[in-house]
Amino acid sequence: MSNLQSETIDQSRRRFLGAAAGAGAAVAGTAAAPAWGGSTLMDTMGSFFQNHYQRMSDEEIADAIGRIERRAKRRYDVDIICRDQPPQEDVVFGYALNISKCQGYRDCVSACVRENNLDRGSQMEYIRVLEMEEGSRNLEHSEHYYDPDTVPVEGKYYLPVQCMQCDNPPCVKACPVEATWMEPDGIVVVDYDWCIGCRYCMTACPYQARHFNWREPQIPSEDINRNTNYLGNRPRPRGVVEKCHFCTQRTREGRQPACQEACPTGARIFGNLLDPSSEIRYVLANKKVFRLKEELGTEPKFWYFTD
Amino acid sequence: MLLSFIRDAVASMFRGGRRYWLWLGFLALVLLAGLVAYGLQLSQGLIATGMSDQVSWGFYISNFAFLVGIAAAAVLLVIPAYVFHRKDIKSVVLIGEGLAVAAVLAAMLFVIVDLGRPDRILHMLPVIGRFNFPQSMLAWDVVVLSGYLLLNLAIPFYVHYCHYRQREPNFAAYFPFVVLAMFWAISIHTVTAFLFSSNTGRPFWHVALLGPRFIATAFVSGPALIIIVLQVLGRVTRYPIPASVIDTLALIMTVALQISLFFVGVELFTDFYNETAHAASVRYLYFGLDGLASLAPWVWTALLMNLVAVVILTINPLRRQLRLLNLACLLAFAGIWIEKGMGFVVPGFIPTPLGEVFEYTPTAVELIVSAGIWAFAALVFTLLAKASIAISLGDVSAERAEGEGSPVMASG
Ligand code: SF4
Repeated sequence: MSNLQSETIDQSRRRFLGAAAGAGAAVAGTAAAPAWGGSTLMDTMGSFFQNHYQRMSDEEIADAIGRIERRAKRRYDVDIICRDQPPQEDVVFGYALNISKCQGYRDCVSACVRENNLDRGSQMEYIRVLEMEEGSRNLEHSEHYYDPDTVPVEGKYYLPVQCMQCDNPPCVKACPVEATWMEPDGIVVVDYDWCIGCRYCMTACPYQARHFNWREPQIPSEDINRNTNYLGNRPRPRGVVEKCHFCTQRTREGRQPACQEACPTGARIFGNLLDPSSEIRYVLANKKVFRLKEELGTEPKFWYFTD
Repeated sequence: MLLSFIRDAVASMFRGGRRYWLWLGFLALVLLAGLVAYGLQLSQGLIATGMSDQVSWGFYISNFAFLVGIAAAAVLLVIPAYVFHRKDIKSVVLIGEGLAVAAVLAAMLFVIVDLGRPDRILHMLPVIGRFNFPQSMLAWDVVVLSGYLLLNLAIPFYVHYCHYRQREPNFAAYFPFVVLAMFWAISIHTVTAFLFSSNTGRPFWHVALLGPRFIATAFVSGPALIIIVLQVLGRVTRYPIPASVIDTLALIMTVALQISLFFVGVELFTDFYNETAHAASVRYLYFGLDGLASLAPWVWTALLMNLVAVVILTINPLRRQLRLLNLACLLAFAGIWIEKGMGFVVPGFIPTPLGEVFEYTPTAVELIVSAGIWAFAALVFTLLAKASIAISLGDVSAERAEGEGSPVMASG
């Protein structure tokens, strides 16, 4: 009854990261790709002089998108479509998750990996489902790599954690070069072409939601999601930070994020916080909701609730 | 005149006996090894390090935090020299400032080798880049470190230039900058402490005591290093090192170490008397969590070293014996390096904010790159001290340059 595929991946990741300290594993993975990803001189120069996303003209963005698409072609031999989807008017996204319903299947985790072109080499995952002791909300007693034959396990409950899209995001404050910021629709995004990879934002994040490309990302060509967005799931270079962006490539077109669609229990409610008739507004008004580490003043736009 | 000053100063850096060249050669070799290792890291990415999404800063940032303290400690010579006009200390203050320059440069390099995209470092520049000032504490750190570097280059440059021309430096002209440098020294280390203590999600760092603790430990490790370095210089050069300077530094270091250890005790009491979830990192550091305790042997060793050092330093007859004082300096230097480096930066990440205990061990690449940066710092300091001493002793001066210059001209 459960999807355990991702559990096994998790376990091997833990071992992998331990072993990755030995450079051996790393060489095998990166040998194929030259230092900065392999590109023509023109494109390399273009990337080097590329401006901050918010300072680029439409033309410059079009050029940048051209480079992104060519780079994906060279690297993965796939024709991706990269769009620069703007935020919608009068929309601020929020998420609410029913922990009474969550069974710990991790279908959201694997759907997110596929949708967002996450590095399979380091088995990066934006969503982490914690197996919690019934009766306790102490994260330190949570199991991150639970791997039983079937879930849910008696006496446990499950707490999926991903980027909380804080309204007062400490990561944005931390970044020395403004490579990460909050968009008008409330989503905290990263300009992967501007980030210098100092990882101060990872230090600042209280939810372990930011991830670093310790090496050139590895994705089998046939698994690439070709529908991509600039401030979203386009393929990322090495040495930069990335994070959950509420699937900008979907949600800015009025669709649901991949994790919401993948969840078989209906535990995930996603929608527009500014729309009084939205389901998420109903949940916030009528359920006993709570937020993770609310005391830190980060103002997450991600709520948990129970039936 | 200015050009001949620079030319003569640089020339004096590369004049020396066999032992001097052996030392330079040794440093150059280590630096080279560091460069090779860094090349490896550039080609593989930061996967060549032991860092992970869980422990995303490691050995590099540990050394960075420690070195900023060393740089700040130069102020301990600056204040008595320029404010209290202690003649003895004034005779070595330029050497202290050279140490600060070397330490700041090395600290900056430790941040640069830690970057995932060093090719984008220009993004940090104002105008060309986008500098998140005054929001980001890292942006603050860039500003204060660069400023401190400039001050510590400019003031000694002026003073040396005057010595070179055998004139008294105009005190009124450079004193304002000295005052600025004094406050600036405190600021670089405070800002570096804020870099860590501003992270609300990391309770191990999120304590107000962090700033004072950083300053106190800096005033231990800094004087410890200066005491050793001055003695070495006293031996290998003709430059007189007054014993009173060593005494003063030893006294400062004694008090600072006593205060530092008091701070450690205060933190341990607060964390363990009624232990909360916020004490998890401290528990991990000293006793381990989930059976993982790779830092515990280190931090206990550091504590032991600091305790032995404080005993030697506190008991006057012991501190007065140069051998024991040197032992205390070595112990305290190493002790603070562990406590404030790996023993401070790494446990901030363990457990993670979501309660995962994932350990970190630096790789050979990280160790060799770091050794290279330390060698670079030693090289910079050696060259600066060489020129400084030559100028202060009058071996290099405008007069001599002319005196030597004319026969060459004549023969040419
Ligand atoms: S890693 Fe990138 S996004 Fe994060 S703080 Fe550094 S530059 Fe900014």
